[in-house]
Amino acid sequence: MTNAMPGTQSAVRPLVEVKDLTVDFVSRDATVRAVNGVSFDVMPGEVLCIIGESGSGKSVTLRSLMRLHPKARTVIAGHMRVGDYDILSLSEKEMNAVRGAAISMVFQEPMTALDPVYTIGEQIAETVMRHERCSRETADKRALELLQMVKVPSPERRLKAYPHELSGGLRQRAMMAVALSCRPTLLLADEPTTALDATVQIQVLIVLRRLQEDFGMGVIFVTHDLGVAAQIADKVAVMYAGRIVEYGTVRDVLLNPKHPYTLGLMASTVNGQKKGEDIDAIPGSPPDLRALPPGCSFAPRCRLADAACEADFPAPVIRAGGHMTRCFKANGEIRPMEAAGIA
Amino acid sequence: MWLYAARRVLFTIPIGLGVTIICFALIYLAPGDPVQSLLPPDATANDIAQLKHYYGLDKPIPVQYILWLGHALTGDLGISIQTNRPVTDEVWRALGNTVSIATISAVLAMIIALGLGIVAATNIGGWADRLATAIAVFGVSVPTFWLAVVLVIVFAVQLGVLPATGMGSKGSNTFSWFEWSEARYAVLPIVAMTLTPLGILMRTTRASLADILSQDFIQTLRAKGLSETAVIRHAIANALPQILAMFGLQLGYLIGGSILIETIFTWPGTGFLLNKAILTRDIPLLQGTILVLAMAFVGINLIVDLIQTLVDPRIKRI
Ligand SMILES: Nc1ncnc2c1ncn2[C@@H]1O[C@H](COP(=O)(O)OP(=O)(O)OP(=O)(O)O)[C@@H](O)[C@H]1O
Ligand SMILES: [Mg+2]
Repeated sequence: MTNAMPGTQSAVRPLVEVKDLTVDFVSRDATVRAVNGVSFDVMPGEVLCIIGESGSGKSVTLRSLMRLHPKARTVIAGHMRVGDYDILSLSEKEMNAVRGAAISMVFQEPMTALDPVYTIGEQIAETVMRHERCSRETADKRALELLQMVKVPSPERRLKAYPHELSGGLRQRAMMAVALSCRPTLLLADEPTTALDATVQIQVLIVLRRLQEDFGMGVIFVTHDLGVAAQIADKVAVMYAGRIVEYGTVRDVLLNPKHPYTLGLMASTVNGQKKGEDIDAIPGSPPDLRALPPGCSFAPRCRLADAACEADFPAPVIRAGGHMTRCFKANGEIRPMEAAGIA
Repeated sequence: MWLYAARRVLFTIPIGLGVTIICFALIYLAPGDPVQSLLPPDATANDIAQLKHYYGLDKPIPVQYILWLGHALTGDLGISIQTNRPVTDEVWRALGNTVSIATISAVLAMIIALGLGIVAATNIGGWADRLATAIAVFGVSVPTFWLAVVLVIVFAVQLGVLPATGMGSKGSNTFSWFEWSEARYAVLPIVAMTLTPLGILMRTTRASLADILSQDFIQTLRAKGLSETAVIRHAIANALPQILAMFGLQLGYLIGGSILIETIFTWPGTGFLLNKAILTRDIPLLQGTILVLAMAFVGINLIVDLIQTLVDPRIKRI
């Protein structure tokens, strides 16, 4: 863990600064606002976890940082800085040089995220050669080191293996080897362990956490799993319908949550819900992003909502230690258990 | 891999035998009596019996088949009734003529189809996609014989820039691919033959590339910072097995099924020979030609199948 506290004025410049990020997907019949004014920072060597229900805009936020959205149909507004790169002002060529080098990404499905007709070794070496313009031999040697680094057993043999010849856990490690091949300063991980079973998940997380500390990488880690977030996060951002509704240190957000939505997520985890099932503690489903209500987008599902909640979206309120919430009800005295509907 | 190849080769033996049985059965399936057509209408029963004996048609059918198969395996497909020359020679020469233009057409179709397919799949819905798709639809839906006739009318009759029919200025014996005055005879048949496989291959390329470009791993490739060219190279490597399978099929069709085109252009290939054999009721020639064509088709499928295992690591064939 690092000492960097969100919101505190530290001398170190954040590695990532995102301000008022808005992402619209434009199609003939509708415009979907998938991300709606999101702001956050990540310090060097810090892990930010983004949690939230399906469709809340977590993946879209990550992909925006690499500009991986279909260009013709996407409108991105706001400001994103990673290291010295002002992401939105880079040319396509400059952006391509950043992708996979300074910023890289690990995806959710190790089954489908690797090219099925190239060997693991080829896929790692390709990235190394692309960014470091080195020879095939050097790249192959690097590929072997990388597989050793992510703790793939008998790495020499695995270099020549095709993705379908590896188990899910090994495939995800190979994916990490690809992502780490050029020593990124920022690693984006989009639910990298969700598709794996529990024991494999923990092994992968341990490897990831260790490498993150060794490299001093900043990591933005998307997950559904609050347990995973509690283990690896320094900071947590809770997203709902394209907005961050609660944001702060892992302590503040997970031990002392203020927003009724965060409380609901916690309650559903307490009840031992599996991923993909409805969340009992939060009735209803997320709103239609094409037609958001004028007020708080969580109001229709919130037990505490009143007329004020339906009129305006609450502005951010920041407490001591940088704990931010966007909720009218969280500012007064609410008893957490009552809000979650458990009492 | 080698084990698979050996087994795959072994499996073609029963297919080959089936083909020979069908070819042999042609004598009895074809309407009309081949012997009758060789003799004057007032031939005596004795004459007929003698001729039947001469061609071995008086033996029991299984014996006839075994004898015929034995000869066929040693490269003896009998004597053409019309020309009195060995069928093997006739078919072999025709096959050479057909394979050369069919291969050129298929390769040409493949190259153009790849180009158009890539442009279309990377611009789905755009004008380039629509243009390429229109070309493909034209290629698939225009009847080749009509196209062949139109080509003859435009380029041979109206413009007079290319010969309408034949293979070479003095017949197929002096034909050469390396002299324009001879090779120009092949231009119109090749163009006519290229269009249909071009359309089909373009549609296959477009569909499989578009499907692959929408898969998750493409985003990984982009996230690695690969250029668009490199991404497309990956996509093609993934689509190759499907495209190759279709290419093999098309090449097989061109070698086996160009009767109309070869007849219109009087190109002395297997299709032309087949047509001649049917019209003259030359049963040995017909049998021999069909046998060789069917075997060529089986052989192409075998080769494509074996190449497939080389280009697609996901196929585990044992
Ligand atoms: N390329 C796109 N075009 C149009 N809409 C999109 C696109 N990508 C995402 N969306 C929409 O944006 C919204 C947010 O999607 P996103 O993938 O970020 O959700 P998520 O929080 O990652 O959910 P999950 O937990 O299921 O991965 C969804 O409603 C989705 O349909
Ligand atoms: Mg997602």
